[in-house]
Amino acid sequence: MLRYVFRRLLTAIPTLFVIVTISFFLIRVAPGGPFNQERGLNPVIKANLERQFGLDQPLWMQYLHYLNNLLHGNFGPSYNLPDFTVAELFKVGLPVSIQVGASALILALIIGTILGVIAALRQNKGADYAVIATATAGSTVPTFVIAPIYQLIFATTLALVPVATWGGGALVNKIGPIVTLALPQIAIVARLMRGSMIEALRSHHIRTARALGLSDWSIIVKHALRGALLPIVSYSGPAAAALLTGSIIVETIFQIPGVGRYFVEAALNRDYTLVMGTVVVIALFTILFNLIVDILYAAVDPRVRYD
Amino acid sequence: MAGNENILSVENLKVRFHTLDGVVEAVKGINMYVKPGETVAVVGESGSGKSQTMMAAMRLLASNGEATGTIAYRGANLLTLTKSELNEVRGRKITMIFQEPMTSLDPLYTIGNQLMEPIMRHRKVGAEEARKEAVKVLKLVRIPEPERRMKSYPYEMSGGQRQRVMIAMAIANDPDLLIADEPTTALDVTIQAEILNLMADLRKRLGMSMIFITHDLNIVRRIADRVYVMKLGEVVEEGETRAIFANPKHPYTKALLAAEPTGHKEPVPKTAPTMLDGTDMRVTFKIGGGFLAGDPIYLKAVDRVSVKLRRGQTIGIVGESGSGKSTLARALLRMVPSEGAIHFDGRNIEKFDTQQMRPLRKQLQIVFQDPFGSLSPRLTSGQIVTEGLLVHEPSITSKERDRRAAQAFVEVGLDPANRNRYPHEFSGGQRQRIAIARAIILKPKVVVLDEPTSALDRQVQKQIVDLLRDLQQAHNLSYLFISHDLAVVRAMADHIMVMKDGRMVEQGSPEEIFDHPHEEYTKRLMAAAFADHAVAGA
Repeated sequence: MLRYVFRRLLTAIPTLFVIVTISFFLIRVAPGGPFNQERGLNPVIKANLERQFGLDQPLWMQYLHYLNNLLHGNFGPSYNLPDFTVAELFKVGLPVSIQVGASALILALIIGTILGVIAALRQNKGADYAVIATATAGSTVPTFVIAPIYQLIFATTLALVPVATWGGGALVNKIGPIVTLALPQIAIVARLMRGSMIEALRSHHIRTARALGLSDWSIIVKHALRGALLPIVSYSGPAAAALLTGSIIVETIFQIPGVGRYFVEAALNRDYTLVMGTVVVIALFTILFNLIVDILYAAVDPRVRYD
Repeated sequence: MAGNENILSVENLKVRFHTLDGVVEAVKGINMYVKPGETVAVVGESGSGKSQTMMAAMRLLASNGEATGTIAYRGANLLTLTKSELNEVRGRKITMIFQEPMTSLDPLYTIGNQLMEPIMRHRKVGAEEARKEAVKVLKLVRIPEPERRMKSYPYEMSGGQRQRVMIAMAIANDPDLLIADEPTTALDVTIQAEILNLMADLRKRLGMSMIFITHDLNIVRRIADRVYVMKLGEVVEEGETRAIFANPKHPYTKALLAAEPTGHKEPVPKTAPTMLDGTDMRVTFKIGGGFLAGDPIYLKAVDRVSVKLRRGQTIGIVGESGSGKSTLARALLRMVPSEGAIHFDGRNIEKFDTQQMRPLRKQLQIVFQDPFGSLSPRLTSGQIVTEGLLVHEPSITSKERDRRAAQAFVEVGLDPANRNRYPHEFSGGQRQRIAIARAIILKPKVVVLDEPTSALDRQVQKQIVDLLRDLQQAHNLSYLFISHDLAVVRAMADHIMVMKDGRMVEQGSPEEIFDHPHEEYTKRLMAAAFADHAVAGA
């Protein structure tokens, strides 16, 4: 198993290299640069700035330079937020995004699984239809609708929580973003869970368990649920990578100092180094969580062996 | 005389399913009883309602199913018990094993865990005691090294061993009645015999009653005291096994008995030309290793086997699953890469590539086992049958093609008016006829028949065997007939090869192989398949 993990981490290196290379040249293809502003910068100042950041050099030189820096753990300075390096921005923002995202994910997994199981057990009955209807609604209503509605009801009308402040990360300020992020995920998890649970309950070994007179609890939790969780495990890998690296919409509406907005803002501003930093971080998270999913898979299903 | 002395009595049982097409009545008011210590067989073909009767008794019907009438266990109607009362009976007093040994165990838990669970639940004992009991029953079902096997997962065991574990789970709580739903159908013939012997032995030792659901009359003859014959949801005949076999009354029972494969094939003259000749054939598969995963691991699927098939000859290749019989046939048709010279009609085709093989494909046809999976569901049966003509005789007109299709349909005993229908509109036997028509429309010289009758009921099987014989006569075809069903092979082939683990163990005429086998393995195979002609207990 350790050998497997090592091998997977080893293959992550070429993967990352390809991702970095493609994104590096792709963002450069986009017209404009970090110092093109609406009103236009004095050409001398612009040239000075570009020289300072090495943007006057040939592209392949810049690429090699960036790769070299990256190998030494240096993500470079941010062009648009000149007081900070990219690493510093992530050091501050990433923990916030991870905290909110992870809470949303855990909430979604727990509630989604429970709802899905209930729906499967009550297949084609009232509770099932209720869960399915809610889940369908949940996955169709976008976060930029949920978030303002949440603020309208709980912050403005009922005044239970403050409006769009982070305030050092007090718990009461986190409820909104966590719930907003979790709701669509709950919907997805519940639907996945319902489907796989219905299938599990139909399988031959469940028939065996019934024929042996085992209790409903044992049949449902021990024999059906464990296998039925596998699709959820698969789903939660990419979902975790997406949630933990922040969401621009939620972070903007709730004024959260996370990293989710960087990707969009940096891309719009041609903040090359910040774009690259975000790409690397998201790629790392994706690789890492997919590895965790594969390890979890082996833990749930003894037939899965890595060596 | 009925009443309390019966372990199980079924009275006026009806099973209905509520489907989108309305209510379907699967069981239409049947009566049945089982006495203590008795083995009762329920015989019938698929759709006769034999399984659904037992599923109703175990309250395991699908959610759209509904059972009315009485199924009484020692006087208590199982159909009206509360769930907790029912679970005192299920798994303790009445247990059931199923047809699918590969999927009937939970893949995620060890054998020990799954065996201990019903023991702990029904006997209210702790884990330590349950473990001891579990090891004891594993010994009883003759699993080698039971202590070590307790830690195994189902995927680490063969089908036969899994079925033994299923039986162990079923008898662990010393039940009064064991219901077995086709427990050996999915197993190889030698394993089948072992499991049947085991079950008969256990029944005697534990003094339980047994209901055996099957479509295989050999099994009935071997194991049952009494028989119920079911057809279309009704019991059409019942009685002592001996009486039913000696003197069947209902026409359906007679037809079932007559459907046993019979007859034999005359050998071809020594002068008949050789059609297909494989010398020292070897097929090797890579089954492990590779990039960053260590040295490659190879499996010798076929290991130095030679075959010589003459015109008009039928070579039967028998062996258990994994013996390499299908692989050998595919290698001979150059469908899997192999080593060793292959001569077809005098030409060495060993090194032929896809392009060179194409014109020969017309003469080398194959019919597969699965009549459901091997026909494209999106083409009409007529299109399926004529597809080969498009490749091999592209010049003929569509009118001519249609005429040939109609002719092929007639030849395999299908109504040519049905050639615009899709495969799902045909029964299993009819689909196999379509598959045969697809092969013979090209006027082949050699046809590989890869278990062509294994998925079919006995009666349909007999019809297909007769059809294949007629076609062979009419077109002087050479057959490679692969099967694990020795009765069918005996009726079809004039030369038999026995394979095991990729090697040929023995070959000869049917008389030599069936009546005077030399090799130990062949003897075992024959004993397993044919030692059952004596009535049970005789």
